[in-house]
Amino acid sequence: MTKMRFIDEFRTPDVVRSLTRQLHSFPRPAETYSFMEVCGTHTMAIFRFGIRQILPTWVRLISGPGCPVCVTADDYIARACAIALQHQAIIATFGDLMPVPGAGFSLEQARAEGADVRVVYTPHDCIDICRRNPDREVVYLAVGFETTAPISAALVLEAQQKKIANFSLLVAHKLIPPAMNALLSDPDLKLDGFICPPHVSAIIGAQAFEFIPQTWAKPCVIAGFESTDIMRGLNNLVEQILNKQNHVANVYRRVVKYSGNTHARKMLYSVFESATATWRGIGQIPDSGLVLKSEYSSFDAARRFEVKLPPLKPSKCRCGDVLRGIITPKECSLFATACHPENPIGPCMVSSEGTCSAYYKYDR
Amino acid sequence: MKKTILLSHGEGGIRTHELIEQVILKYFPSKFLSDLNDAALLPVPADSMLVFTTDNHVVDPIFFPGGDIGKLAIYGTINDLAVCGATPLYLSFSLILEEGFQIAELEKILASAQKAAAQGCVEVVTGDTKVVPRGMADKIYINTSGVGFKSHQKNLHPDLIQEGDVILFSGPIGQHGAAIMAERLNLNQDQALSSDVAPLTELCQAALNIGGVRVMRDATRGGLATVLNEFARNSGMTFFIDEMALPISSAVRNLCEIIGVEPYYLANEGAAVLIVSPDSAAEIETILRENKLGKDAAIIGVVQKGDRPEVRLKTSLGTHRIITMLAGGQFPRIC
Repeated sequence: MTKMRFIDEFRTPDVVRSLTRQLHSFPRPAETYSFMEVCGTHTMAIFRFGIRQILPTWVRLISGPGCPVCVTADDYIARACAIALQHQAIIATFGDLMPVPGAGFSLEQARAEGADVRVVYTPHDCIDICRRNPDREVVYLAVGFETTAPISAALVLEAQQKKIANFSLLVAHKLIPPAMNALLSDPDLKLDGFICPPHVSAIIGAQAFEFIPQTWAKPCVIAGFESTDIMRGLNNLVEQILNKQNHVANVYRRVVKYSGNTHARKMLYSVFESATATWRGIGQIPDSGLVLKSEYSSFDAARRFEVKLPPLKPSKCRCGDVLRGIITPKECSLFATACHPENPIGPCMVSSEGTCSAYYKYDR
Repeated sequence: MKKTILLSHGEGGIRTHELIEQVILKYFPSKFLSDLNDAALLPVPADSMLVFTTDNHVVDPIFFPGGDIGKLAIYGTINDLAVCGATPLYLSFSLILEEGFQIAELEKILASAQKAAAQGCVEVVTGDTKVVPRGMADKIYINTSGVGFKSHQKNLHPDLIQEGDVILFSGPIGQHGAAIMAERLNLNQDQALSSDVAPLTELCQAALNIGGVRVMRDATRGGLATVLNEFARNSGMTFFIDEMALPISSAVRNLCEIIGVEPYYLANEGAAVLIVSPDSAAEIETILRENKLGKDAAIIGVVQKGDRPEVRLKTSLGTHRIITMLAGGQFPRIC
């Protein structure tokens, strides 16, 4: 296999083996350590490398809510479909959202019924779509955490500067630290530490996770996605516990700074402000979502388009419990039976960062 | 001749005949086609089995690095016959054209198909042309059906797969799918990615001449992973593959790592999976590598009896993971 810079040197098997030996050499604790990897891409990476197969039995990894598609509430997709079908707007979306069910209906199905839904690789493509279709409204589905939100902010600023009147966003951006705080206060969840989301950390900085050791007396580590990164991160968490010195460790310094990306954050908060948001499975969390500031409210698709939403039917989907780390997907009765990628009951089964999707792909 | 396709080009009247005689037939000079019969009357070699296949081609973009929809149509059908052990001979070539399609572009596609047919040693002997109103099709769709012939010897089939059989792949994985994806995402400005679309006839025959081939399949939509899952399901066996043994170009790997897709789900259009007996595996690998198309051919795994029919990949760490059939689509990651 051809070598790839910045990837293969962080996947060196000998280094992973050495880190694995180191981890196994730590004393077995009285109770299994439960560490949560917050980011959905970490969940996928852990499976892709088979990390669980090399861990000591006393280290348990729990997948967290770091899948922006999965934590978006049902009515968001329903609203997007309704805007497309009832107002003939062009919906511009990341491809990942296409198969996600919302009130039993997905953008994929809406497109089959005549909705104009276009997959964009970069949100910037929306500007071009707006220009080519001046007589039609274009709505960008703005989902994602702090990694993606600055790009939405840049898009709004560009649209404003270029006086693009037929553009709006349906905003569902969320902020990770408040969700982690909510999980730490969940009495059903016993966590001994976090592997923090690396790309979110690149924006908000290691500083943003200080509340974890300071308020909750738990260790956390920022680790990258490669096999050596993950193993370094796990070693670090166990060392912190053994040394009784909880802090925010950063073993992903090649990407993440303590202060993060101040320019991106400045842009983000010039356009958005934090507000209460509903997280699937967790409920409402104060200051955990982003909304457009009043001076940009004209870009808010939820205000621009009045729609009739279908009633949300209750389902047996347990995405919420999976996202909180209370159960693994295999403990959901629908997993790989009624719920599978071709017939997802919830978003976790179809998002590229969904925990159920990871288990279905790699560990059925 | 008009510059664009009009609805009247599909009405069956004068314009249709102009299109066929002045444009299409230029590129397919088969005597079977020039008769303009409703069907081609073809000779059948004695003691041969007829092998028949069909394909629809709707690729977008229609021109891509390494080829176009015309080349893809011809080689795609040739390959479906070749992997079944047949010598491809005769193809049909049918068009559905969108009103407004540029005839200059049609001619480029036909010229490319003509070249592919010559290189693939096949003749286009029949066809059809329809035109649909603007917006009812995306520029051009092509259907190709093909016939070839093989001896009545035992047919290649997944039922023949046995425990201990060796899995080979004849070229770098995911080349075509990666090129198409990169073009759509505008990530191929340096043209590092190029489709591997090519005829597999020689490669397949070289392997068959060695002997010990159980089954072959070209790894088109759904890629290597989908073919292996199909074979696992048909044979009831577990297919073990070694991630480090997979031939993959740096350009394909770069794209996949950046956008977060698995290369073994991306299509090839010039590479095939071969399941062969362990006794002939090394020799087949060598003979494939002697061919320009097969220079990266590699033994990638082995078939064993397992708990259930599935495909398991051994990672660089020595751990294992399952590779399922492609579920849903592959989309670039969000963050």
